[in-house]
Amino acid sequence: MKFKHSLYILPLSLSFALLAAEPSWRTLVEDGLHDPTSPAIGVLQEPASALSLLPPDTTGNQVSWIRALREGYIEPRTNILPETKIEVLDMDIIMEKTGELSLVMFPHKPHTEWLDCANCHDKIFVEKVDANPINMFAILSGEYCGQCHGAVAFPLTECNRCHSVARSSFTGKPGVQPISVSD
Amino acid sequence: MFKNGKCIFIAFILSLLATPIMVAAEYGDVLINNYSDEAGMRPVVFPHWFHRIRFRCKVCHADLGFKMEAGGNQINMLKIIDGEYCGACHNGEVAWAVENCDICHTGKPGQPTQVHQSTASKLTTTTKRKQAESVE
Ligand code: HEC
Ligand code: HEC
Ligand code: HEC
Ligand code: HEC
Ligand code: HEC
Ligand code: HEC
Repeated sequence: MKFKHSLYILPLSLSFALLAAEPSWRTLVEDGLHDPTSPAIGVLQEPASALSLLPPDTTGNQVSWIRALREGYIEPRTNILPETKIEVLDMDIIMEKTGELSLVMFPHKPHTEWLDCANCHDKIFVEKVDANPINMFAILSGEYCGQCHGAVAFPLTECNRCHSVARSSFTGKPGVQPISVSD
Repeated sequence: MFKNGKCIFIAFILSLLATPIMVAAEYGDVLINNYSDEAGMRPVVFPHWFHRIRFRCKVCHADLGFKMEAGGNQINMLKIIDGEYCGACHNGEVAWAVENCDICHTGKPGQPTQVHQSTASKLTTTTKRKQAESVE
């Protein structure tokens, strides 16, 4: 058992060390993606000039997007077409097929503050507890949670943000939780 | 309980994630290059960080119908000028209009369509690099 855990910990500590070594944002000229000779350099906004003003995080865009939204740092529009509206759902789901690791808590609230139900149901997840054969290999290959986490939402190296409920402290039943803890 | 082989595999993937990569663009930047190189334009860089400050994901991915797949929407200028995809906003009303070619077409030529810093792109670039090394 000890051996197995060390297999996870070694590469993870490496990635944390790398992340910690880069606390700032690359300029567009040196990011390797933009053409340094493009006439838009100097016209486009530099990431640092916008992102450094938002609540910090250690990974991804180095912005806590959830805090940025809830605390009013940003007010992203909810619609372009007048008839569409936003539907926020406050429902936490505990998933237990995590081997020896902490249980996964999926909170609907922070997701539906950004996303529409149709972004996930039923394209990515069937709308029923335990109806999806989710596993970590599929997630790392970009399926299920990995469609967004690892591309736009916080990256997959943050195991404990999803695996957030210690097995020893959880006395309830997996699935939909009677009282939501994510607010 | 998962099997040992799977566990080693996940650890292997994680060690790939930990290896430094050459491109260090902002997390979530999408390079779109289905047609641009061939047409002699710089490929398009779409910055998620910039747009999510202004719009929730649902605006693009539900209301405007962008599929969540880099390169998966087969966007071209005809559709944009018709008011689809980027053109739903880059029309001189919600945002500046389509004549600003150089502000969208900003990528270094010759790069494949991909999401930068994503798990999947790191896995493929590292694997390709490993393969290239083993051929030498
Ligand atoms: C939901 C509306 C919307 C859609 C769809 C959209 N944009 Fe934008 N975009 C904006 C707004 C608003 C701005 C800011 C305009 C301003 O500053 O006046 C912007 C700015 C930009 C910028 C400049 C960023 C900077 O640094 O100043 C780029 C590049 C860009 N968009 C590319 C794209 C591309 C490529 C697409 C399609 C793949 C796209 N946008 C789709 C609304 C949108
Ligand atoms: C974006 C959320 C998320 C992140 C980040 C995440 N996991 Fe998971 N993980 C899940 C979900 C969801 C399941 C499936 C739970 C279920 O179906 O009951 C899972 C299952 C697992 C399992 C058991 C199933 C299997 O495939 O063996 C292991 C082991 C695991 N994760 C390890 C990790 C490790 C190690 C990390 C960090 C590198 C990690 N996870 C990061 C969401 C996540
Ligand atoms: C980010 C993705 C995502 C979004 C957005 C989302 N859901 Fe879900 N939903 C899930 C996941 C994951 C599950 C659990 C599936 C499982 O356990 O296999 C779930 C489960 C459910 C369930 C099943 C509960 C049960 O009792 O079995 C319902 C109902 C549901 N969602 C409704 C909604 C509604 C309504 C919205 C929009 C307001 C929404 N969801 C938005 C991911 C999402
Ligand atoms: C359709 C896209 C999408 C999918 C699929 C998705 N997420 Fe998320 N998730 C987001 C976004 C966007 C946020 C906001 C934070 C960010 O951008 O980093 C978020 C945030 C979270 C948070 C942080 C909540 C908080 O209050 O800090 C957790 C935990 C989480 N997701 C778990 C999961 C799990 C587990 C799954 C799979 C069962 C999943 N997500 C699937 C888009 C997604
Ligand atoms: C709002 C962002 C945006 C603006 C402004 C823009 N484009 Fe594009 N353009 C795109 C996207 C996205 C694609 C798809 C890229 C790909 O897949 O290679 C594209 C593709 C193209 C293509 C190849 C496909 C086709 O339709 O032939 C050409 C040529 C092109 N653009 C020329 C232009 C010219 C010339 C201008 C200025 C008049 C311009 N673009 C302005 C976003 C933009
Ligand atoms: C202004 C429009 C816009 C907004 C807002 C937006 N996206 Fe996107 N998204 C795009 C475009 C454009 C692409 C690339 C599509 C293409 O190349 O055809 C994309 C691609 C993606 C992909 C696919 C990445 C891959 O691995 O291929 C994911 C996942 C994604 N977006 C998630 C999100 C999430 C989560 C949010 C909210 C936090 C969000 N997007 C907000 C326009 C947007």
